[in-house]
Amino acid sequence: MTADVDLSGPLDCLLSARGLRKAYGRHLVLDGIDLDVRRGEGVAVLGANGAGKTTLLRVVATLVRPTGGRVFVAGTDATRDPESARRQLGFLGHGSWLYEDLTALENLRFWATLGGHTSKASALRGALGAVDLDRWSEERVRTFSAGMRRRLALARLVLARPRVLLLDEPFTGLDQQGAKWLEEHLEGFKSEGGALVMSTHSFGRGFGVADRAVILVDGRLAADVAVAPLGVEGVRRLYDLAVEDGA
Amino acid sequence: MTYARRAWIVLWKDAVTERRAKATLNALLFFSLLLLFVFQFTLGGDRERLVAALPGLLWLSFVLTGLVGLGRAFLVERENDCWDGLLMTAGDKSAIYLGKVAGNVILMLLVEIILLVLFAVFFNVDIGQALPPLALILPLGTVGFAAVGTLFAAMTAHVRAREILFPVLLLPVQIPVLLGAVKATEAALAGEGLGGVTHWLQLLGAADVVYVVAGLLTFDALLEG
Repeated sequence: MTADVDLSGPLDCLLSARGLRKAYGRHLVLDGIDLDVRRGEGVAVLGANGAGKTTLLRVVATLVRPTGGRVFVAGTDATRDPESARRQLGFLGHGSWLYEDLTALENLRFWATLGGHTSKASALRGALGAVDLDRWSEERVRTFSAGMRRRLALARLVLARPRVLLLDEPFTGLDQQGAKWLEEHLEGFKSEGGALVMSTHSFGRGFGVADRAVILVDGRLAADVAVAPLGVEGVRRLYDLAVEDGA
Repeated sequence: MTYARRAWIVLWKDAVTERRAKATLNALLFFSLLLLFVFQFTLGGDRERLVAALPGLLWLSFVLTGLVGLGRAFLVERENDCWDGLLMTAGDKSAIYLGKVAGNVILMLLVEIILLVLFAVFFNVDIGQALPPLALILPLGTVGFAAVGTLFAAMTAHVRAREILFPVLLLPVQIPVLLGAVKATEAALAGEGLGGVTHWLQLLGAADVVYVVAGLLTFDALLEG
């Protein structure tokens, strides 16, 4: 008889990954990743192209099944019970999840209704107003710029109110105003006790919301450090060293 | 209630998207006209051959246009990674399937009605007396076809050879539906009523129930891949 070992991380952890592995055939994309993200904490996942950032986020988001290891979201084993985990998760990847021939408002209504969130017109318009798209609420997404699409995709997350946010390069395609809004929104999300994981290439815009930086090299966790003691420059130097070592 | 709302919103989204883009409907109508032209050219003015072949031709047209339409059913979900969104949506995924099937049934019925009218005009056939029984046969045949078609369209949406795999998977499973539908249509067009083909209608009804239930039960696992 064996006792169940609690792998779900510290008590205030909203997200924990233990020994996460993902392989496509013989190619190992993630190799034994351990990660804990606490309430109110923002983690930036850094890495060169192909380091495994997107795969890590997609595995944690329950979109891709890991080859090995476990993911816990708010104490729920997401690898065994993805349905429960999804209720706590918000994900924004490279795709916007927008239907080109629906208007901004219709897209929000669709995802809100499907997700079981409020689809009242006032709430939908409020979410559009929050991303400064209320003037374009009746315009089809087909006519939107990349930045507007990004903001609309973020409005979807505003409505869903997840506890854990997973963002894959969220600042890409945003103008200065959009990036400023996103930074403020993410800070607000953290201050309300949400956990944030975002992948990024950049140490500039948006990096300020990260409390910790995780550096991936060839699918392995090369470093996991607090940002404040090192500063952005310190993390950048560490990143350069890790990538050079990996190469 | 939430389940019905979720199924409805999927149907609403597909209907609005199709109404605005008309991508599938236009393709199906053009394809239908092409088929009619080929049939007309092949059969010529031979009235006897035409009457004998009409039920089969009618359902062959429905199946071929249905294959084109159903094959596109999940293309819109691949755009902008909307498929990921459907997968990550918490809750019973069978509501998504139900909404998709309903949308496909409506689209297919619309094309079938247009095809029926075009058949009557092209081949100078009086279908007036056959309309009441056809109003039962067409939905029965279409539900079974769309139920399996939607399931297989989802299954092959991310497969490289989906254009080949989709009909190869779908057509053998459709044999009961096609047999029942063609036999019942034959009786309807001959003006014999449906009394003599109740067993075929029962087969159609049973196939519909089995296919829809199978779709509802397996769609979740299929979406998870």
